[in-house]
Amino acid sequence: MSNNFNESISELKPDLSEARLRKRYRAETRFRIYGIAAILFAIGILALLLGSIITTGFSAFTQTEIALDIHYESTLFDPDGTGKFVPLSSGNYRKVVRKSLRDLFPEVTKRREKRSLYKIISSGADLSARKYLLSNPNSIEKTKRIWIKSSADIDSLNKGKIKRSVAESERRVKNNQILWFDKLSKENRVRRTFNFTLFSAGDSREPELAGIWGAAVGSFLTLIVTLALSFPVGVMAAVYLESFAPKNRWTDLIEVNINNLAAVPSIVFGLLGLAVFLNFLGMPRSAPVIGGTVLALMTLPTIIIAGRAALNAVPPSIQEAALAMGASPLQAVTHHVLPLAMPGILTGTIIGMARALGETAPLLMIGMVAFIVDIPKSFTDPATVLPVQVYLWADAPERAFVEKTSAAILVLLLFLIVMNLAAVILRKRFEKRW
Amino acid sequence: MYLKILSLTAVITVMVLGVAEARDQIRIVGSSTVFPFSTTVAEQFGKTTKFKTPIVESTGSGGGMKLFCAGVGQDHPDITNSSRRIKKSEFKKCTKAGIGITEVKIGFDGIVLGNSKKGPNLKLTRKQVFQALAAKVPVDGKIVENPYKKWNEINANLPNTKIEVLGPPPTSGTRDAFVEIAMEGGAKMFPSLKALRKSNKKQFKSVAHAIREDGAFIEAGENDNLIVQKLESNPAAVGIFGFSFLDQNADKMKGAYINGVAPEFENIAGGKYPVSRSLFFYVKQQHVGVIPGIKEFVKEFTSENAWGTEGYLVDKGLIPLPKKARQEMMVGARGMKTLVMK
Repeated sequence: MSNNFNESISELKPDLSEARLRKRYRAETRFRIYGIAAILFAIGILALLLGSIITTGFSAFTQTEIALDIHYESTLFDPDGTGKFVPLSSGNYRKVVRKSLRDLFPEVTKRREKRSLYKIISSGADLSARKYLLSNPNSIEKTKRIWIKSSADIDSLNKGKIKRSVAESERRVKNNQILWFDKLSKENRVRRTFNFTLFSAGDSREPELAGIWGAAVGSFLTLIVTLALSFPVGVMAAVYLESFAPKNRWTDLIEVNINNLAAVPSIVFGLLGLAVFLNFLGMPRSAPVIGGTVLALMTLPTIIIAGRAALNAVPPSIQEAALAMGASPLQAVTHHVLPLAMPGILTGTIIGMARALGETAPLLMIGMVAFIVDIPKSFTDPATVLPVQVYLWADAPERAFVEKTSAAILVLLLFLIVMNLAAVILRKRFEKRW
Repeated sequence: MYLKILSLTAVITVMVLGVAEARDQIRIVGSSTVFPFSTTVAEQFGKTTKFKTPIVESTGSGGGMKLFCAGVGQDHPDITNSSRRIKKSEFKKCTKAGIGITEVKIGFDGIVLGNSKKGPNLKLTRKQVFQALAAKVPVDGKIVENPYKKWNEINANLPNTKIEVLGPPPTSGTRDAFVEIAMEGGAKMFPSLKALRKSNKKQFKSVAHAIREDGAFIEAGENDNLIVQKLESNPAAVGIFGFSFLDQNADKMKGAYINGVAPEFENIAGGKYPVSRSLFFYVKQQHVGVIPGIKEFVKEFTSENAWGTEGYLVDKGLIPLPKKARQEMMVGARGMKTLVMK
């Protein structure tokens, strides 16, 4: 027996030879290199993605403008020449804008040429001219220099996205338009400014007039509905399941189902929304109410699971201490356990919300993939959301929408980063470790 | 404290859900091909009239018809766009639901076989298109699995490159139209298939409409922009997309000649280019006068300023109807002429 024991000891004696040591060090170094390579690969892909979005999207934050000397004649508001004046808001501004453009290029006389001249400026130019007059009503019978948006094609030319070297027949901007543009440029009538429209307007068919504000407001309203529905229900479900529910086959079944729901593809929730909320309950189509409700269904399992994990992480001693001091089970939970679990629950909620913010598939079924110009004002107004706006612009044939698409993606990413950052900060600052 | 917040949010939600008001905004659904034109008119209409800007959803032609024919009332759309004519079955469904329809043909759309500027110039016939893309083709009088791997195997004048065509999936209206016009038209050029069409139409269609699935035809998704981008990086490939995408990307793409005709504006408008289709929208007559602005919207759409040869829709890539047809269509549309189908 003792003999045997001695033998096994000698077998277990470590191999301390140089060669084996080197081999082990090498294995460790290799492992680290694999780890670093994996991280570098992930960072590289992310950098490539972000880089390509930023390089294409960045130029969308600026917009080319052209200065026009607009003469606001008073006949503008007297269309019939009868002395009956129409209100300032309904004057024929297109006429004055076009006239100011023609005055700059008196040599343009042919109808076809004039048409191509008018295409230098945006079709929303008359609105800019109107806006200026409405805020400066004393400009009537005066000539004012106003900066007007150029058309999307001229904007692309100015940004170098339409190349002058390409043959004229294959270029969206014709030679005479380039000549006119260069002349304007020489007279210091061209500038690039920050594109406020992108952040203040709703959707438009004209790239230079299109903005993401309508979609951002739609996203905001939708998320409020999602939060208002999924947070209370999710927290209550989590509290009940974690602290009050008996442990039996039924609660097990419910738990399995909640975990399964978290993995259901989002389009299924859209179909459910179409069948139940739209067709059965008759809720308004394309409105944030229904979008939010559908997304709430999708977010619920995430919140319940995160909530239960957070509640579970609070040590049982706290609840037991409260109960021992005479608190009722409800008081023990609402006064002690829930506040301590709140940071964890909120983190889960924010992550669920971030997922809901990026969702398009379920909204397709309930009519939120739509062209909507007006900015939604209430939960029942037709609205669209940011990722849907990205989808719609990516599908638009106009070339200038390419940069707009990337810009919208950047804004969406910014929102997501802010939300996820909030979740991280919440966790770091308020979460207690036991 | 928490309970109070919770119950408060629940109450607010219920209140929000309870609100529903009468609709004062036109709702349009339907084809993604007509979407750019419909939205342009909608925007113009919203800007220049006292009415709200209509809401336009891109649901596809079939999906739009389904929503449109579901019934009368403010929960149902007022107008549906379509990149093909309404089918008899859809018309029946609509009539059954008590819907009177006004049909408006707005113009044409060309379907282009295009490739990168760096690639070879293609001059095809519809017959060759069929030979390149059908699952089964006639060879020496027999119908066999498509044997062609390279373009020059079909005709020695075609380039010596692999057949690689990117196109839309079956859910797309562009695909429907392409199959119906280009493929079926090509199939009819074979005497054996033409005879088959007379004797057994169903079998003819199964041959003429089947696109090959051996990798030569690649479904590249509904997004035409994506197809254009893929073609740019792969000069050997050919893509199927709408004319407006060729028009917008003329510096990168070129369109193949079909039966000797180039896919150009004048050729499509004049009916010379063979692979083109008509675009429509359909108005629900019961909603005219109930939902404000429908008549005025139709008027805007059918004005020379919009769909005329120099209208703003042409800038967006619409190919207008001939002048006379436009005139007739305008009178019918503004008078809300009822569509009759036998």
